[in-house]
Amino acid sequence: MSAILFDRIDEPGLADISVYEKRGGYEALRNALKQPREGLVEELKSSGLRGRGGAGFPLGMKASFIPGGDMDKYLVCNADESEPGTFKDRELMQKNPHQLIEGMIIAAYIVGANRSFIYIRGEYELPADVLDEAIAQAKAAGFLGENILGSDFSIDLVLHRGAGAYICGEETGLLDSLEGKRGNPRLKPPFPANQGLFQGPTLINNVETLSTIPAIIKMGGAEYAKLGVENSAGTKLVSVSGNVQRPGNYEIELGMKSRDIIYGLAGGPEPGREVKFWFPGGSSSPVLTAADLDLPYDFDSLAKAQSMLGSGAIIVVDDSNSVVDVAVKLASFYKHESCGKCTPCREGTSWTVKMLQRIQAGEATPMDLDIIASVQEQIIGNCLCVLGDAMAMPVSSMVNKFRGEFEEHIEKAREAAGLGLTPPVTPDEPVLTLN
Amino acid sequence: MTEVTRFTHGSRIPGWDDAADLRKAPAGVPDPAQVHVPEELRAEIEAKMAAYPEEQSALIPALHAAQKVHGWCSPEAIEQVACVMRITPGQAAAVATFYDMFETKPVGRQTIYVCTNISCSLRGGDQILTAMKEAAGDDPDFNIRGFECLGACDMAPMASVNGDFVGPLEDSDCRTIVDNIKAGNEALAAKSLKVRPCADEAGKAAGGSE
Repeated sequence: MSAILFDRIDEPGLADISVYEKRGGYEALRNALKQPREGLVEELKSSGLRGRGGAGFPLGMKASFIPGGDMDKYLVCNADESEPGTFKDRELMQKNPHQLIEGMIIAAYIVGANRSFIYIRGEYELPADVLDEAIAQAKAAGFLGENILGSDFSIDLVLHRGAGAYICGEETGLLDSLEGKRGNPRLKPPFPANQGLFQGPTLINNVETLSTIPAIIKMGGAEYAKLGVENSAGTKLVSVSGNVQRPGNYEIELGMKSRDIIYGLAGGPEPGREVKFWFPGGSSSPVLTAADLDLPYDFDSLAKAQSMLGSGAIIVVDDSNSVVDVAVKLASFYKHESCGKCTPCREGTSWTVKMLQRIQAGEATPMDLDIIASVQEQIIGNCLCVLGDAMAMPVSSMVNKFRGEFEEHIEKAREAAGLGLTPPVTPDEPVLTLN
Repeated sequence: MTEVTRFTHGSRIPGWDDAADLRKAPAGVPDPAQVHVPEELRAEIEAKMAAYPEEQSALIPALHAAQKVHGWCSPEAIEQVACVMRITPGQAAAVATFYDMFETKPVGRQTIYVCTNISCSLRGGDQILTAMKEAAGDDPDFNIRGFECLGACDMAPMASVNGDFVGPLEDSDCRTIVDNIKAGNEALAAKSLKVRPCADEAGKAAGGSE
């Protein structure tokens, strides 16, 4: 497989438009503008490309949902990338910004959007500065603006810097934030394709998804679909981090064996250490154990293993770490980032942290594990967005898969805290019963 | 049984436990004749407002600009933003309090975010935070915060020093960073994101599995 997105990514000066054009950049755009929109949508559909932001929704289908007609339509690039463990979009934007810009112009042409935005997280100052410069270059070269390249298509692109909120990676939270509000998610439906930014039809996609479009137009959808495996076409950037020797971004063909990614590409844990568990798709994905290392890395295989590919961020945790500590870290993050709009998420994340901290401090009993599990169940599916689920799924998978270790920790920590192994029951403090 | 205080320690709903002063009328859109806005700040906010189909979209960029001038989102900064954008200070404050990068209390100008999320903490991020705080001591010019995942887990443990990503850090780097910043230099040029190559090729060469 030759790299598509990471093709000669470290070539000096690639962020400059002249270098990008020299290697064939913006040719896909010139070709696309000569073709009818319907045909291009078909190319996207036949490529089988699924959204790379986390949900894995097919790009072609999403684009076809944007209604025709003469209203204001918008294209938004989700560059918020705040899922813990994910850093692939950062590398794409910092090193090859024109690939993204070209992909966005083509996508905007396909759906008939005349205004487009890149919502980049505020912390990404270097990639944002690079993009600002690249957008100015693209404008000067006539790829952005009125009637680009002599066609009747006009497109404007604005880079919008966020200010630090995980929830703004959620598409409707992002749209609210882009409208200058607090980033609270919206009720769906209506979906952004019908009523998105400023109530107009909006196509919103991840950086990696949009960056792939020039390659699809160049090679043709059918050719692109030959990469990867069934239902998971193409290449994917995976961000490998945590306890591995070579953390970083790697471009793989979907369907590659997970072991080959973690051990082959990223070098695996330090010598003498073993993989204890790993998050296959960002910290929101249910954890997998060493027994799952032979799973093919694609959408369906990971879903079948009750986890998900998510944003493609593999976080490896080795056997020197306590699962309890990781669970506390993880839950605290979601508690901090919960926007507070929906009760199950706001309260559920907060109580989960409290209970996990009690376990850590030796104030819990094994019954708390059942309560934790039941709280997670009540979060999942009960909120406007999936931020709560994003904590509930990994936490419940950790409690399920490492229940023995949790129980052992509870006993040891209780002993250390000077409490008996069986908590004293007094009539004044009724024991909570679960139905 | 102690009472559980809600919405403390990093919740997104600050001021929840503070009583509202009901004697005060809610502030309206500031009168331009009474609010002085620095000329450059006004020009920057107005340019941002012109970039969007609807002006209110410029609120976050406007707050960034005002924070740069004032050092934090002070009541004065909020009022200036509200004045230029023709919104109430309440609207601006509601947004400023939602986002982590907006400071709602006075802080030092040198901002260091140390990532303490999973990937960094597996590699000692919490220790780096402690070391960084120690290195800066009680210098009021420094604003050192433990931060959520900054999207640079390949260089874990890492920190963002005035927006410049540096890592992987060792405890001893913290002193160097603080000294460099005090001297007005780049934080840690050798470990900056700017010079970090992509792992892709090296990994494929070493792993040889593709």
